[in-house]
Amino acid sequence: MSFVPGQPVTAVVQRIEIQKLCQGENLILGFSIGGGIDQDPGQNPFSEDKSDKGIYVTRITPGGPAEVAGLRIGDKIMQVNGWDMTMVTHDQARKKLTKKREDVVRLLITRKSLEEAVKHSKGSHPRQ
Amino acid sequence: MDNESQYSGYSYKSSHSRSSRKHRWDDNWGETTTVVTGTSEHSISNEDLTRVTKDLEESTPLECKRFIGPALGGCLSFFALITPLAFLILPQVLWRDALKPCGTPCEGLYVSLAFKLLVLLISSWALFLRPPRATLPRFFVFRCLLMVLVFLFVASYWLFYGVRVLEPKEEDYQGIVEYAASLVDALLFIQYLALVLLEVRHLQPAFCLKVVRSTDGASKFYNVGHLSIQRAAVWVLDRYYNDFSVYNPAVVNLPKSILSKKMTGFKVYSLDENTTNNSTGQSRAMIAAAARRRDNSHNEYYYEEAEMERRIRKRKARLVVAVEEAFTHIKRLHEDEAGASPKHPREVMDPREAAQAIFAPMARAMQKYLRTTRQQAFHSMESILTHLQFCITHNMTPKAFLERYLTPGPTMQYQQQSGRGRQWTLVSEEPVTSGLRQGLVFSLRRLDFSLVVTVTPLPFLRLGEEFIDPKSHKFVMRLQSETSV
Repeated sequence: MSFVPGQPVTAVVQRIEIQKLCQGENLILGFSIGGGIDQDPGQNPFSEDKSDKGIYVTRITPGGPAEVAGLRIGDKIMQVNGWDMTMVTHDQARKKLTKKREDVVRLLITRKSLEEAVKHSKGSHPRQ
Repeated sequence: MDNESQYSGYSYKSSHSRSSRKHRWDDNWGETTTVVTGTSEHSISNEDLTRVTKDLEESTPLECKRFIGPALGGCLSFFALITPLAFLILPQVLWRDALKPCGTPCEGLYVSLAFKLLVLLISSWALFLRPPRATLPRFFVFRCLLMVLVFLFVASYWLFYGVRVLEPKEEDYQGIVEYAASLVDALLFIQYLALVLLEVRHLQPAFCLKVVRSTDGASKFYNVGHLSIQRAAVWVLDRYYNDFSVYNPAVVNLPKSILSKKMTGFKVYSLDENTTNNSTGQSRAMIAAAARRRDNSHNEYYYEEAEMERRIRKRKARLVVAVEEAFTHIKRLHEDEAGASPKHPREVMDPREAAQAIFAPMARAMQKYLRTTRQQAFHSMESILTHLQFCITHNMTPKAFLERYLTPGPTMQYQQQSGRGRQWTLVSEEPVTSGLRQGLVFSLRRLDFSLVVTVTPLPFLRLGEEFIDPKSHKFVMRLQSETSV
């Protein structure tokens, strides 16, 4: 998932749709994010490349909407409802996820196992 | 027609003796005298104060009551210790031939009896044969209980002995020896009971006592165990002599000049028709008016305090310098130096003479300092000289010599070794043999001040446990913020 500056970022992504859960007067998604361009990327336990300043999923509430929708810990979030998440600050990411008007967020996430799966399938079924 | 004007007051309190003046040349002298109120009629100088306290201390007679308790206890324990020996000896003396001889078991019993008696003797000496430290106003309940117990016990043993052994002239000597051995066993157990009741029970702390001196508010907190009020009072007084700084009647909080201004500024005139003398109303009105008036006595107090502080510091500096200089005038003569220089013989002095020699330059500074800190009643010239001699003998530095005068020490430091003891009065609303409990207040009164003691129980502690695995101490740097959405 490393990127070469100047070149477009390519990744294998999965679409995940999470319905926000109404808890009292808050709408929660049931996971925690970490990372951002204003944070220290070396501390990120989930990133492969320690200079990756993207937004990662650090914690999933068990049984929450995120887990139900298929989000897993360690996923990198590439887009939220069309908004880019690869070059945002931590606070901007939080704001895009917690908009009160929306009760559904559509994420594009990527993880290592996706790449592997694609490689396997490519390998087993070589495309012509 | 002689008008006598007399100064009232007790004869030992006023330094002016009773003066009766007869004014034959002015018959109306008494009528036109202006009487000055607001100043006290009793005036006392400091020398009188010390003399009075000394008189009162020595006038308490040596009470024989002090020794009755221990004497009684001593007799009883002597009686109790002699009894087993008497039990053994009496049959031998009275009807030796009729006794059945008993061999080894008796000898074993003799040895054990002897050792138990020895142990009883030694432990009685260690525990109970101590000079009493205080006379209590009421009976010391536990001690009386134990003495009664011992007495009843020994008396009943004698009773049985008289009936079963002396009357029928019992022949079984072994039984008699066993009887005596059982008495000694029981005495050992009573001594154990005495040890627990008198010495051990009150060791575990259960109450916190707050002791406050009524004149200057000096206070301390102590932890005690379960004691009766009178025993707790003795305990507190033991600690009082060590922990509390000496009571100085010459040190007052607010100087009179400031206090007197507050209350004598107003006169109350009642303009009512009915002249009912409402004194409480008057005094209340005065107090309210005094409070409302804008007075600067706090200002005066503050500046007076600051001035006094400065004065004390200046005098102290002079004193310290004088003493340091004085101490440089002498030095200790070592053995080998004695015969070293026969050309310049130096006068060899003993400590007393050395002290007198160096006292002169520092005497004035010392006197001024003591007067400023109002300690001059506690230190006479003689005592200062003695202390100086003491310090020189033990190679003390000037600072060590001055330690005694720069801070007011505990009361113990100023006690003269008189065998008469100190008279304290225990003032309490509960009977003094009842035990301590929460909220109890009693006070210990002396002539001019009292100690007020408040009792609170110590809190019950609920101690919980939390185990921390030593391998669980792990740390990470926290520069990554994590937000939950």
